[in-house]
Amino acid sequence: MLDDFFIRALLVGIGMAIVTGPLGCFVVWRRLSFFGDTLAHSALLGITLSYTIEINMAFSVFVTSSIVALILLKLQKTTNLPSDALLGLLAHSSLAIGLVVIGLLATIRFDLMGLLFGDILAVNVNDIILVWIGGAIILIVLKIIWKPLFASTVNFELAEAEGMKPEKYNAIFTILLAAIIAISIKMVGLLLITGMLILPAAMARNISDNPMQMVIFSVIGGLLSVLIGLFASLEFNTPSGPSIITTGLLLFILSLSRIKKKTQLNN
Amino acid sequence: MTQINNSLVKLENVGVFANDKWLVKGVTFEINKGQIVTLIGPNGSGKTTTAKITLGLYKDIEGKVQKFTEKIAYVPQRINIDWTLPIRVNDFMNLTNTSTNDEIKYALEITGTPHLINKDLKSLSGGEFQRILMARAIAKKPELLVLDEPVQGVDFNGEIALYELIKKISDTLNCGILLISHNLHVVMSKTDHVVCLNGHVCCSGTPIDVANNEKYQEIFGKDISKILSVYEHTHDHVHNIDGSIEKKK
Repeated sequence: MLDDFFIRALLVGIGMAIVTGPLGCFVVWRRLSFFGDTLAHSALLGITLSYTIEINMAFSVFVTSSIVALILLKLQKTTNLPSDALLGLLAHSSLAIGLVVIGLLATIRFDLMGLLFGDILAVNVNDIILVWIGGAIILIVLKIIWKPLFASTVNFELAEAEGMKPEKYNAIFTILLAAIIAISIKMVGLLLITGMLILPAAMARNISDNPMQMVIFSVIGGLLSVLIGLFASLEFNTPSGPSIITTGLLLFILSLSRIKKKTQLNN
Repeated sequence: MTQINNSLVKLENVGVFANDKWLVKGVTFEINKGQIVTLIGPNGSGKTTTAKITLGLYKDIEGKVQKFTEKIAYVPQRINIDWTLPIRVNDFMNLTNTSTNDEIKYALEITGTPHLINKDLKSLSGGEFQRILMARAIAKKPELLVLDEPVQGVDFNGEIALYELIKKISDTLNCGILLISHNLHVVMSKTDHVVCLNGHVCCSGTPIDVANNEKYQEIFGKDISKILSVYEHTHDHVHNIDGSIEKKK
């Protein structure tokens, strides 16, 4: 059964959607979508490094993204620049360095489109194992840190005053983000991974009125995106990663019709 | 009064220096179990800063803070809940702890808010939200409760009731309370120890001591102290005869 490339793609996609659902909710709640983008861009550097020094690609991406996240935290503390400027700086410079390194490695042929947009149809059994075991670890850690992480998402000072150690859990969450990017970069590529995090969560926000509900809808939305997107890509012969994201967008548009009314003026 | 095993938190000569100035400096006080300590002072006098120092929210401080409890509840002056986060009162009540449904129900009842339990947090009015913040802190059954202007947005009758409630919390839970307020004349009959701040501790002691202190009257004016005298009925007559109390600094 695992011989079939389509079954393998489905298994990987389903595993990814279950993990990106809850993580994506936190990305939306904490306004980290651009941060996720930056980590994903820095993944290119990780990929090229994995070829240069011949180490496992997921591990290399994980380490590179984590380091970029740490550099960001450091810069936020030491400079007067706003976060979005720092994120842009890191995103584009790590992307550029990645491309420069590719240029230097003239002997190795890179499938650049594959890196940018992923190729879920090319996954092998090892990728399935990586996504499911890696994903399970991410979810278990998220479950453990849920309470303090959620408290610090609602209000940092309140969480800190009441001993929830928000700084520590924010850092752990950043590492989880780097991890999900590392294990899914091959499937959806570095330009689309943030979409996989944000679209189902954004859709879920429209139809939820409590945090747990939003997480569940986000997982369901992610699963539907993967299933419909993959079958559609097979049917219409469209690229699979972008088809998944496009399906996510369609679900989001559908959810707009059932949007939970705001009961009070914004601000 | 000051037994060592009753002490919850002890500040010794603490201060915060940020952006080239002292936010607050030289603050010393101690909170014991069952005691209500009130911080008063004008805007920008460092009340909230002092509360945050007590809670450990500042990393770089002068002086020493010793905490003898981990069970702390904080009612901040205001918090903003982001629209991106769907959260009901019920979800908020257990934000940092795991209270039973009965504890939550009780806390909502004594703050007069049981009907709000399934409401979206962002749909609440300022006064309702303030009560929910209080209810959350009560449900947590803390040993140390820090209240930063807990009556903001609450009407006057509600304000009196809320101070009654604070006294009741202190009695039933036997917890220490750090209360920030700008109107001493309402809180004074409930509080054990008052610290008057104006960038530093300008005076401290029992409510009546502080009310009769010249420095306090310099800050708040003697009209306030007259209100206090009427309120407490135990004043001495040194300070409210004429304008002579307005001394040079």
